[in-house]
Amino acid sequence: MKLDAHIPEGPIEKKWDTHRFKMKLVNPANKRKFTVIVVGTGLAGGAAAATLAELGYNVKAFCFQDSPRRAHSIAAQGGINAAKNYQNDGDSIYRLFYDTVKGGDYRAREANVYRLAQVSVNIIDQCVAQGVPFAREYGGVLANRSFGGAQVSRTFYARGQTGQQLLIGAYQALERQIGLGKVQMYARTEMLDVIVVDGVARGIVTRDLVTGKVEAHMGDAVALGTGGYGNVFFLSTNAKGSNATAVWRAHKHGALFGNPCYTQIHPTCIPVSGDYQSKLTLMSESLRNDGRVWVPKKAGDTRAPGAIPADERDYYLERRYPSFGNLVPRDVASRAAKAVCDEGRGVGPGGLGVYLDFADAIKRLGANTVAERYGNLFQMYERITGEDPYKVPMRIYPAVHYTMGGLWVDYNLMTTVPGLYAIGEANFSDHGANRLGASALMQGLADGYFVLPYTIGDYLATVKPGAVGLDHPEVKAALARVNDRTAKLLAIKGKRTVDSFHRELGKLMWDNCGMGRNKAGLEHNLKRIPELRAEFWQNVSIPGTGEEFNKELEKAGRVADFLELGELMCRDALHREESCGGHFREEYQTPDGEAARNDERFQYAAAWEWKGEGVTPVLHKEALNFEYVHPTQRSYK
Amino acid sequence: MRITLNVWRQKNARDAGGFEKYDCPNVSEDMSFLEMLDVVNEDLIAKGRDPIAFDHDCREGICGMCGFMISGVAHGPESGTTVCQLHMRKFKDGDELWLEPWRAKGFPIIRDLTVDRSALDRIVASGGFVSVHTGSAIDGNAIPVPKPNADLAMDAAQCIGCGACVAACPNASASLFTSAKISHLALLPQGQPERDRRAINMVERMNAEGFGHCTNIGECEAVCPKEIKIENIARMNRDYLCASFKKRPEVKRVED
Ligand code: FES
Repeated sequence: MKLDAHIPEGPIEKKWDTHRFKMKLVNPANKRKFTVIVVGTGLAGGAAAATLAELGYNVKAFCFQDSPRRAHSIAAQGGINAAKNYQNDGDSIYRLFYDTVKGGDYRAREANVYRLAQVSVNIIDQCVAQGVPFAREYGGVLANRSFGGAQVSRTFYARGQTGQQLLIGAYQALERQIGLGKVQMYARTEMLDVIVVDGVARGIVTRDLVTGKVEAHMGDAVALGTGGYGNVFFLSTNAKGSNATAVWRAHKHGALFGNPCYTQIHPTCIPVSGDYQSKLTLMSESLRNDGRVWVPKKAGDTRAPGAIPADERDYYLERRYPSFGNLVPRDVASRAAKAVCDEGRGVGPGGLGVYLDFADAIKRLGANTVAERYGNLFQMYERITGEDPYKVPMRIYPAVHYTMGGLWVDYNLMTTVPGLYAIGEANFSDHGANRLGASALMQGLADGYFVLPYTIGDYLATVKPGAVGLDHPEVKAALARVNDRTAKLLAIKGKRTVDSFHRELGKLMWDNCGMGRNKAGLEHNLKRIPELRAEFWQNVSIPGTGEEFNKELEKAGRVADFLELGELMCRDALHREESCGGHFREEYQTPDGEAARNDERFQYAAAWEWKGEGVTPVLHKEALNFEYVHPTQRSYK
Repeated sequence: MRITLNVWRQKNARDAGGFEKYDCPNVSEDMSFLEMLDVVNEDLIAKGRDPIAFDHDCREGICGMCGFMISGVAHGPESGTTVCQLHMRKFKDGDELWLEPWRAKGFPIIRDLTVDRSALDRIVASGGFVSVHTGSAIDGNAIPVPKPNADLAMDAAQCIGCGACVAACPNASASLFTSAKISHLALLPQGQPERDRRAINMVERMNAEGFGHCTNIGECEAVCPKEIKIENIARMNRDYLCASFKKRPEVKRVED
C-alpha cells in the first residue's frame, strides 16, 4: 500500500484555494440523489451533517446519546482559537499555523495545519451568525483571551462553556435540517460496522440501543465524527460513553490507524479520590494564568500546605521554565508534575497531586477578581472535593484528555477506504504529537463546516448514487457479523464485570503507556493485553439479552474494541524510539529531562494496517516535510 | 456511611414497574451519586441480576444526559447541581432515598430511571435556531452585541436540556426549557428576523408534545441545575403574545 496524502501543489497559502477550484462539483439538481451517512454529532459530525443537508444532500446522522446535543464536545471549557487578530497584537493565519506545527512537535502535516488556520476565521463568523453568545467587550465587539501558552490573544470563549455553546450552535443548525426533513436523525443508535463493497464504503450497520434492533443503512459516503479514544485508559476526562468502536471497526475494514500512541495528558485535573472513581474532571487550563504550581521541596513532607514556608516550596515550573513559567504547554506541564511525584514530593492522598495555589493571585487581584475569573471552576472544585480553593490550594494531577492519533486521512479527510471519511478528533491529522489549548474545537468545526462539505462533493461527483442496495451479499454478511458478535458476547456468561476488565486495561495503559513510556513497560503490556483480552472473551459477565435496553452489552462491545486498540497504542509507542509531544519515551530525553525527538528516523506519521486477529499489524509511513516551519527543539525555558 | 435506596425498576414502557430496595453499606462521602449507583450495579451484575438503567455521559454537569428524582426532588437536594455532580457528602449516614425517573406525559419511560426526552429536540427543530447557512456569515465583529445582552443571552443559553424543569413541574410543562431557547435568541440581534415565528412555532410544538402550561409555580427554577431564571418564561409569553397579534400570513403554524 502506498500512502498518498493528496497534498495540492503550490505555495502553502494557495493550496486550499487551488484545490477547491479544481474539485469536481455535484450538479445542484443531483445532490438530493446522494445520501451521506454521518456518525457522531459533536462539533465535527453535527456541523458536517447540518452543512451537507444545507447543500442539498440527504443526510442520515447517528449518535449513541439520547440527543445530538450531548456529544462530548460539550464539555470543552476554555475556548476556540481563530486568527482574527481582533486584538491587533500581531496574530495572523501564518502565526497560528506556525504555533500549531511547533506545538505539535513537528509531527503534523503542514498543508492541513495551514488550512485549519485559514478557515479558523470563518468559524467565528459562522458561530456568531448562529447566535453563539461569545463573551463581549462593552463596545459590543468580541472578547479574546490568551490561552494555553499562546503569546497572542486569539481565543474566543463563552464563559467556561465554550464547547457547550459551539455544540449547541451546531445542534441548532442540525435540528433545523431535521425539521426540514433533510436530515434523518437516529439518536440512541450505535454504529457497529462499516459495509465495504469492492473496497468502497457503502454503508454502516447500527444497533438501536433501546430495542436492540440491528439494521443496515446505505449511503454514498460515510463520515465518522466519533471522537477520540481516551477511554482506553478507563479513567479520563472523556464522557463515560465516548468510545472507539466506530473507528476501530473501520480500521478492521482497511482504514489505517495514524499515530495511535499520541495521547494528550492534561495537566490540570482533579486527582483520583478512590477505587470507585468513574471518571476524571478537568479544571480549565486558564487556571494556570493566575495559579502557581508547587510541591514541597522535601520528599514525604505531609504538613498542611499553609504550614509550609515559602522557601521550602518548589515552584518547579517557574524554576525549570523561567520564560513560560506556569504557562508551559500541556505535555511539558504534565511530565513535570509526574517527575516531582515520582520523587515522592506529590501531595494529597497517595502522593499523586501537586498544588495549584491562588493565594498570591488573591493578594494581587483581590478575591473578587479571582472569583470573577474562576468562580465557577472554584465552585466545581469544591463540589467534587469538598475543599475551598479560596482558602487551601487546589490539588491537581494530570489525566488523559485527548487523543491526537486517529484514523489516517489524506488532505481531503478521506481514510484509506474510498468513500470513508474521518473528521474531528476521530482523525489523526492536525495536531501532530501534541495539541495546543483551544484547538480541538477549532479543528472539529473546521472539518465539519468548512472542509468535509467541499471534499466529499469531489468524491460524490465520481460515484453513482445508490449503487449498492440493501440486498447485496456484503450487507447480509455485515449484519451477520454484528449479530454473531452480540450473540457471542451474551453467551459468555462469565464471572467478571465489563468494568473490571476495563479498569484493569486502563491501569496497564496508564502505568506503561501514559505520561512516561519505556521499552520494558510497553513490552509487558504487549504480553498482558492479549491475555486480558482472552480472559475477557471467556469470563465477562453480561446480564440480559440483545433485544432490550442493555447498557452492559453496549459497554462490553466497546471494551472489547479498547482491548485491541490498547495493544496497537503500545505497539506504536514501542516502535517510536524518540520522544515527541505527548509521547515521552523515558530512554529518549535530553540531559535536563526534556523530550528528545529523532527527526532523522521518525519524521513521519505512522499508519498501521490491520492484518487480522492475532496477526502483527503492518506499519506504513507518511513522510512529513517541513518546508515552512523548520523543526527545532521546542524550548519553553 | 450506609444509605438505603428504593429504586424504581421498570423493564420497559409496557411493564408496570415498582420500587426495589437496595442496601449500600460502604458509601464513601467523596463518591458522586452515580458512582454509588455504579457500585450497586457491579454488585447486581455479580449476582446475575439486571443493573439499574440510568442515563449519564459527561459526569461533569454539562451534557444534560443524567437526571432522576431523589426523594421527590429533581437532581436531588443540592441546588444548581446535576445528579452526576452531586456528592455523597451531602447525605447523612442512615439516609433512605427514593429514586424515580422523570415523570411526564412528554417523557415516556424507556427503562428504570431512563426516559425518552426526544420531545425537547423536536421543540428545538420547530424553530430554536437562526436560519443561516454555513458560509453565508458576515464578519463576527460586524454584529455588535451590547455586553449586558450577551451576558443575559448566555444565562439562558446555558440550559443543558436535562428535563428537570418538566419533571419538577406539577403541570409537566416544558416552559422553562422552551423559554430559555427563545430568550437566548431573542436577546441577540441575530435572532430578530425570526423572532416572531420562532416564538409561535416553539410554543405550539411544546403544546403539541403533551407538555402542560405554566401556572407560575416556580418549581422549575428551583431545581434547574443551571439556575435558569423563570423571567425567561415571561419573555417567552410576551413574545408569543406579540407575535400572535401581529401574525402575518407567512407565519406558519405547526398544525397547517
Ligand atoms: S452526565 Fe452529563 S450532565 Fe450529568
